[in-house]
Amino acid sequence: MLKIDYLSLPGLPVLSFEIAAGECLAVEGPSGSGKTRLLRAIADLDPADGYVFLEGVERRELPAPQWRRRVRYAAAEPAWWGAAAREHFPPTAKLDRLLSALGLDAELLDRPLAQLSTGERQRLGLIRAIADEPQVLLLDEPTAALDAQNAALAEELIKFQVLAGRILILVSHDPGQIARLAQGHLLLNRTPARDSDSSQSAAA
Amino acid sequence: MSAVDLSWIDLALAAALLVVNGAISLAFGLRLEASLAVAAIRMAVQLAAIGFVLKFVFVQTSPLWTLLIAVVMVSVAGYELMQRQERRLRGWWAYGFGHLTLLLVGGLSTLYAVIVVIGPAPWYAPRYVLPILGMVLGNTLTSLSLALQILTEGAERERTSIEARLALGATRLEAFAPVLRRALRTALTPLLNIMSVAGVVTLPGMMTGQILAGADPAEAAKYQIMIMFVLTGAAGFGALVAGLGGVLLLTDNRHRLRLDRLAPARAAV
Repeated sequence: MLKIDYLSLPGLPVLSFEIAAGECLAVEGPSGSGKTRLLRAIADLDPADGYVFLEGVERRELPAPQWRRRVRYAAAEPAWWGAAAREHFPPTAKLDRLLSALGLDAELLDRPLAQLSTGERQRLGLIRAIADEPQVLLLDEPTAALDAQNAALAEELIKFQVLAGRILILVSHDPGQIARLAQGHLLLNRTPARDSDSSQSAAA
Repeated sequence: MSAVDLSWIDLALAAALLVVNGAISLAFGLRLEASLAVAAIRMAVQLAAIGFVLKFVFVQTSPLWTLLIAVVMVSVAGYELMQRQERRLRGWWAYGFGHLTLLLVGGLSTLYAVIVVIGPAPWYAPRYVLPILGMVLGNTLTSLSLALQILTEGAERERTSIEARLALGATRLEAFAPVLRRALRTALTPLLNIMSVAGVVTLPGMMTGQILAGADPAEAAKYQIMIMFVLTGAAGFGALVAGLGGVLLLTDNRHRLRLDRLAPARAAV
């Protein structure tokens, strides 16, 4: 269970909620309402007051890298640091099943990332986020750059993660996707909050 | 053999060369006459003043005076280091960090060069300690400011990929590894270049000075070789300390990227 307790972000009401294993919570709200900032705070990528517990363990009780291996934030646009996708995975990672689930050719792993389409990079980013099986997935518009057919494949893979007992917080602008995946909803209302310098919200 | 002493008339003759610069400035409307005059006078006054100060300190040969001058040199270098950054780290501790790095690196490598390598008596003899400290600080300053520059620029430009690595569970040092590597490489490049051309294209200033002062050129070369090793070692050590420290200052103990700790960009001085 993921428990958010009195999490406080600038310009947002103090938030408390819980998500059980095998459930998906959809975070909705207009652009700039703080959806991305909420996900980043839960992954401990931005400082925020309040508590986040995973199975009773508060985020500060674990070294941050360990927390983020369990609570995985995947940005709307995955960023890459190497020339080809393969460098971004541990050498031992088993990717064949994931690649074929998303309709990707294994050969893409060694192609220069600059030659891939936005959609291919987004699907590789999704694979990167789930390959090491984190318990919590914080997905920021995971299918925004995909056509309907590939979005459906990605959605299937995401759904499978939830069925496997993982916890999902989903930011999406697709009401149909939210209806198909999410059991709970969290609505963030736009407040005239200034954009904090260290968050990259507003991109939504 | 000793150098020919320069008289005030000799200096005036050399200063006459500036008239050429002034004429160029006037002829082409560069409007540099005033700046030229101010810079020339500043240079002359500063060098004359430091000449008198050093003369006084050398005569005393007191560890306290040596230490005092060394502290002043480190402070000025530390201030200059932070002034050179296009995007400075915020807060007094950033200044403290720059000064401490220079103090640590400058102090250790100067002491090593003077005590272990040269071995004058007494070991704190200012005529050895202060010039070597000056050269070490000057070169370390360049290396440190390059390392910090590349580091802060890289952190900004590669922010999304650094954060992607952090989100995947990398530590801050792992996430910064490519940027840090580039910062260290860049910091060491100037000294590599200087070493490669030393004696072929350029005759290093210290060696030239010793030769003018009447030293045996072979002895002067040995001194210069020793100094180049010390400077390179200091630059490497300094870049490492500044690079690692810079990563720690640009992140926090929860391994988050903290670009909010950089002051807003401004024009480089």
